Amino acid sequence: MKTEKIPQQRIGVYVCHCGSNIAGMVDVDDVSQWAGKELAQDGVVISRDYKFMCSSLGQELIEKDIKEHELTRVVVGACSPHLHEATFRTACARADLNPYLCELVSIREQVSWVHTDKQAATEKSKAIIAGGVRRVVHHEPLEPLHVPIHPASLVVGGGIAGIQAALEIANAGYPVYLVEREPTIGGHMAQFDKTFPTLDCSACILTPRMVEAGNHPNITLLTYSEVEKVDGYVGNFVVSIRKRARSVKEDLCTGCGVCWEKCPKKVIDDVFEAGLGYRKAVYTPFPQAVPKYPVIDRENCTYYQKGTCKACEKFCPTGAIDFAQEDQMITVEVGNIILATGWQLFDPRRIHNYGYGRLANVFSSLEFERLSNAAGPTSGNVVLRDGKTVPKSVAIVHCVGSRDKKYNSYCSSICCMQSLKFAHLVEEKTGATVYNCYIDIRTPGKGYDEFYQRLLEEGTHFIRGKVAEITDAGRTTDEEGKIIVQVEDTLIGKQRRLPVDMVILSAGLEPQPDAKEVAKKFGISCSADGWYIERHPKLDPVATMTEGIYLAGCVQGPKDIPASVAQGAAAAARVIGKIQQKEIALEPVRATINEDQCSGCRICNDLCPFNAILFHEDRMVSEVNPALCQGCGTCVAACPAGAISGTGFSNEQILSQVEGLLMVNLSKEAAISQG
Amino acid sequence: MNEETKPFEPTIIGFTCNWCSYRAADMAGTARMKYSPNVRLIRLMCSGRFDPTFAFQAFANGADGVLVSGCHPGDCHYINQNYKMLRRFHLMKRVLKQMGIEPGRIKLLWASAAEGAIFADEINKFVEQVRELGPLNWKENIIAIEQPMLEEVAV
Repeated sequence: MKTEKIPQQRIGVYVCHCGSNIAGMVDVDDVSQWAGKELAQDGVVISRDYKFMCSSLGQELIEKDIKEHELTRVVVGACSPHLHEATFRTACARADLNPYLCELVSIREQVSWVHTDKQAATEKSKAIIAGGVRRVVHHEPLEPLHVPIHPASLVVGGGIAGIQAALEIANAGYPVYLVEREPTIGGHMAQFDKTFPTLDCSACILTPRMVEAGNHPNITLLTYSEVEKVDGYVGNFVVSIRKRARSVKEDLCTGCGVCWEKCPKKVIDDVFEAGLGYRKAVYTPFPQAVPKYPVIDRENCTYYQKGTCKACEKFCPTGAIDFAQEDQMITVEVGNIILATGWQLFDPRRIHNYGYGRLANVFSSLEFERLSNAAGPTSGNVVLRDGKTVPKSVAIVHCVGSRDKKYNSYCSSICCMQSLKFAHLVEEKTGATVYNCYIDIRTPGKGYDEFYQRLLEEGTHFIRGKVAEITDAGRTTDEEGKIIVQVEDTLIGKQRRLPVDMVILSAGLEPQPDAKEVAKKFGISCSADGWYIERHPKLDPVATMTEGIYLAGCVQGPKDIPASVAQGAAAAARVIGKIQQKEIALEPVRATINEDQCSGCRICNDLCPFNAILFHEDRMVSEVNPALCQGCGTCVAACPAGAISGTGFSNEQILSQVEGLLMVNLSKEAAISQG
Repeated sequence: MNEETKPFEPTIIGFTCNWCSYRAADMAGTARMKYSPNVRLIRLMCSGRFDPTFAFQAFANGADGVLVSGCHPGDCHYINQNYKMLRRFHLMKRVLKQMGIEPGRIKLLWASAAEGAIFADEINKFVEQVRELGPLNWKENIIAIEQPMLEEVAV
């Protein structure tokens, strides 16, 4: 019935060996011969197998056949369409065949790599090829949709990765909105004291970048702000940003600091100072904050809580304090988005036997960063929780919450180097004996292993073993008043108890607590751990599966500063490339409504989450706005009149593919071969 | 080995969305996770594109089971279209039951792009489940029942 409508096609079938990737498990020769014979009635005029279809020779083979055999459709059985669909479409286009008349079906990811029975794998490959052939008959020549790219970009997260990305784009001459949740940009790097392995002062290398980003004419800094909503698609995102009320007028504030000097309310700073120090209710997180304007923390401000005080307002020389200020909703249009929302520290309280939160002198890694930072609460003196005693012995515990099936099975990648840095700083500042309790030392970066060698020479003790317990229950007089680290030294095969004054837990990196919600907001996916998934783990670690959304820094997985900076710059390069193309070609997968068949029931109207379907009251028919339609096809499946067709995924295409897939029946084939 | 002892090999058609479950299948492949060769997949852009007609077509053409797979609820690439598939799925289950097709022949599977292992594992379980149910034989069993029902309605 259907075949009557459609003129007989001339189809070419190409079965890829992929070296031995496919040919090792699938009898490719059998598959291609079978397709040439059994699918001839479906229009297959030529069927070949070739070692590497994606190679230029493989592509030329298709191009030559299209011309010589006047092919009107092409089916390639190879890898996942997510890898090489574009390759084969382009090959068809070179031979003047509309690229959308080519179908790539996966016999590698879905067959040869996952099955162990060669016969079954071969039969399944035949079925998949048959499905592709039946489907491709109903393909239509299509033209990609060209949409303009808005030249502005959005960078979410003002840590070093986000700053780098924003600066690169801004320096290329395009506008950037840099959104940061905290009152200042800088991220975690601003908290650190030194950076490994060079021991550069972290603030000294970061703050110039912060200032540059803050002053750049192309960068609109939106701190103390969060993205609320993302609409649109690549090239034309519309982003709603909530700029929370600072209670300070930015146009009047000079950043003189009188307000926080006069503010009577002290608050424990558990963000920037990691709970070790205090800030005021009106504050900037640190002196070099960008922008310089303070914020009033309304939850802790005496005026907001009790109605009286206003000390800051009284003393502000420019009258910049504005208690009535309200959150502002800002809507921006951008073409591309870079997510650089970073990480949070693993909470060591979760490992109860390590005593963090219970034993005063067990510190987390971020606490130690603040402790040893010259701008920190102790002015850089490494002292115990009492604020004065200098430790004589310190144990550093690696892999806290990392490489542990109970918490996170991944390696946080920075903790080894960070622990070595801590060991060096403790020795340098206090002369204390330092023990590093590690599982494995991982120093794969440039200059990293040299730093490890240096530490070995400096006399730091390295104990290979996972710490079992950290306790204050001493057994001997030596252990009295100390913290005891119980660890098995696997290199000498003995249990050891190390009585120390201070323990630093080198806690791992975790995704931000709201990573999943943010991912949902931007329409990208998270791994099981919560890190965002890149388009390809090897060849595209910067883009995501959602066009126009890129990743930079730890949001994609734990990484150190150089890697974050590199990824920030890489994401920016991709965005700049896109902007310079001025327009982008989108897959023409869209729904269209046949007005003659539409009964005007409006069932589809409410199904569309993008409001792409509008209803014409005068003609009583619905219509799809192709600019808003994302091509999910839900309306196509729902239309009771069958009036909506989905380009590229029409009912004919899918139903024919079902038929094709069932041409080869496993049990029957098996029975025949058995017989 | 004779026909008696050879286990029944069901044929299952699976519908996956482009963003999560098809990617889970890709991931299972890349990681070389082995699973039964009985499932043949069709890629849709979204599980919301799934039309129960596809399942009927599959059963009518000889499939013994149908798998529908999409992103986890709340993770849909198209905001919430997998919920719309969910409604249809349950409706379809009832209709199939009325036609005499066991509900065990259809399966709904949420799989994120990272869940290759879960995807492979669930396919194995589903293949075993359908194997237990035996061949569907739509033409012999279902069509035969359908005819008198249609006549009854006509009367």
